[in-house]
Amino acid sequence: MAIDDKRPGGLETRDDDALHAPLAGKRMVINLGPSHPAMHGVTRAVTTLEGEKIIDMKLDIGFLHRGFEKSCENVTWGQVFPYTDRLNYVSSTMNNVGFALAVEKLCRIDAPDRAKYLRVVVSELHRICDHLTLVSAMGLELGAMTVFLYGVEARDHLYDRLAELCGARLTSNYVRVGGVARDAPEGWVEKTLQSLDRVVELRDLIDALLTRNRIFIDRTRGTGRVSREDAIDLGFTGPCLRGSGEPYDVRKAAPYLVYDRIDFDIPVGSNGDNFDRYLMRIEEMRQSDSILRQCFTQMEPGDIAIADFRYVLPPKPLVYGTIEGLMAHFKLVMEGIKVPAGEVYSYTEAANGELGFYLVSDGGGRPYKIGLRAPGWPMLAAVPRIMKGALLADLIPTFDSINMIGGEVEQ
Amino acid sequence: MAKAVIEALVARFPDDVYEPYEGVGGDDCAFVRKDGIARVCGFLKADPAMAFNLAPYITAVDYLGAEPRFEVVYNLYSTRHNHRVRLRVKVPESDLDVESVTPVWAGADWFERYCFDMYGIRFRAHPDLRRLLMYDEFVGHPLRKDYPLRGRQPLVPEREVKDIYRGPGPGGRD
Repeated sequence: MAIDDKRPGGLETRDDDALHAPLAGKRMVINLGPSHPAMHGVTRAVTTLEGEKIIDMKLDIGFLHRGFEKSCENVTWGQVFPYTDRLNYVSSTMNNVGFALAVEKLCRIDAPDRAKYLRVVVSELHRICDHLTLVSAMGLELGAMTVFLYGVEARDHLYDRLAELCGARLTSNYVRVGGVARDAPEGWVEKTLQSLDRVVELRDLIDALLTRNRIFIDRTRGTGRVSREDAIDLGFTGPCLRGSGEPYDVRKAAPYLVYDRIDFDIPVGSNGDNFDRYLMRIEEMRQSDSILRQCFTQMEPGDIAIADFRYVLPPKPLVYGTIEGLMAHFKLVMEGIKVPAGEVYSYTEAANGELGFYLVSDGGGRPYKIGLRAPGWPMLAAVPRIMKGALLADLIPTFDSINMIGGEVEQ
Repeated sequence: MAKAVIEALVARFPDDVYEPYEGVGGDDCAFVRKDGIARVCGFLKADPAMAFNLAPYITAVDYLGAEPRFEVVYNLYSTRHNHRVRLRVKVPESDLDVESVTPVWAGADWFERYCFDMYGIRFRAHPDLRRLLMYDEFVGHPLRKDYPLRGRQPLVPEREVKDIYRGPGPGGRD
């Protein structure tokens, strides 16, 4: 991996071969992206190559920047939710949950039990979706098209269930401050359990196709390696940190919602290479599956939102039947939730790691500042460091396994 | 546990750390003077009782109208002791230079670049302080409160590329 920089041009030479003539390699600059199928949309990587080896690499991001923070500072607190959907568009409800928890922390309110369970349910459904996308896209980009088709089929089963619950497949906009938007429809839990059974089959199929696949192992094992110390120093969180051997998971370290009532394990890797990061995802899908089944047995009927109309829209009969309800509705829509002045940092475990929101409120109906700690940010920032000295071909699985999502990293 | 962190900080850096307070939800927070932040962070990471080895989030806020105007916020975490602390540094508009913490945590790199890009806060000793999401020719700092919501930027002339095959590459930003 290390490059001997004393030689002209930094070429590696074989000292045992006296006839070997060290020629200075001609360096070539290769531009990957911004529109390159393996760069997940819009990242541009400028790599300096010597042969196939990456000597230097710089990332140029911002092509998907749409001013998330600036936009959110100019809408009411409730109107931020659709914006958060578009951060990590593969697991949108997790962003909803993260933001709702941050606002609730600032308002010092707590959602009812059923709402908490529903939030965990949609989060874990989306965690499976996110990991399925990663695993199958990783297979696709390393040449295993079949895996991608299985993965997308499995993901669509879950998207269908989410659509029945939230009304949309991708941009769910499901969570509200103080609760969730709507309760699960009749028979939804049974249907979801059936879908999960099918997802389990497909997941095991993907597992069987990839985990012991010679080509896949050759491309991923030992490439894109990050040691445990480096991973912490670089600010990794989530599966990438755990793949390097550090067992940090917000769901265990600082349990939120109902994660303290659920029995689950967090997988931890040892090598910190692409293969370990892939294995983390496969195992986390198993854990999410078990979390979901536990939630369904523990869940009890009840309120899905608090009954405080300073935060939650009153039910329609109250809006149309009473002046108080109408006023509360009007004020919430026109002025927004009056969040007490103050600042708070709240964090949850999203599919890629710690999703943090740093909120500042001046007591008005609009956020003064929304700072987004995107889970994929530090991982993407570290790619040039990880890839120095590696082959260009190793960039593709590394880019896959850190799971960079343009929507959240570039805000 | 984390209470002890703030107490130890105040005892060790009486000149740099001031106004410790308990934030919403019991978070431990304190203000740090601008000149002392690198010192304080270095101690927080190196001391075994603190061991803040992870810097999950660093951001900035623009309190337009207040003096000092800007604030840089450091959210720190220790995977060893499972405790967190939040440090806030006030930065006046007249002196936007803050000591960088990239030597302490390599992961602070892009967070600081983001603060520079969006708020114009300059981090001393940062290895590569360029704009992160905006392009280099962008005028102003978009997340400042006095930057208009629908601000228009002048068109930028196309950059000159001398040799498309072996161009300047990552050394410059081509």
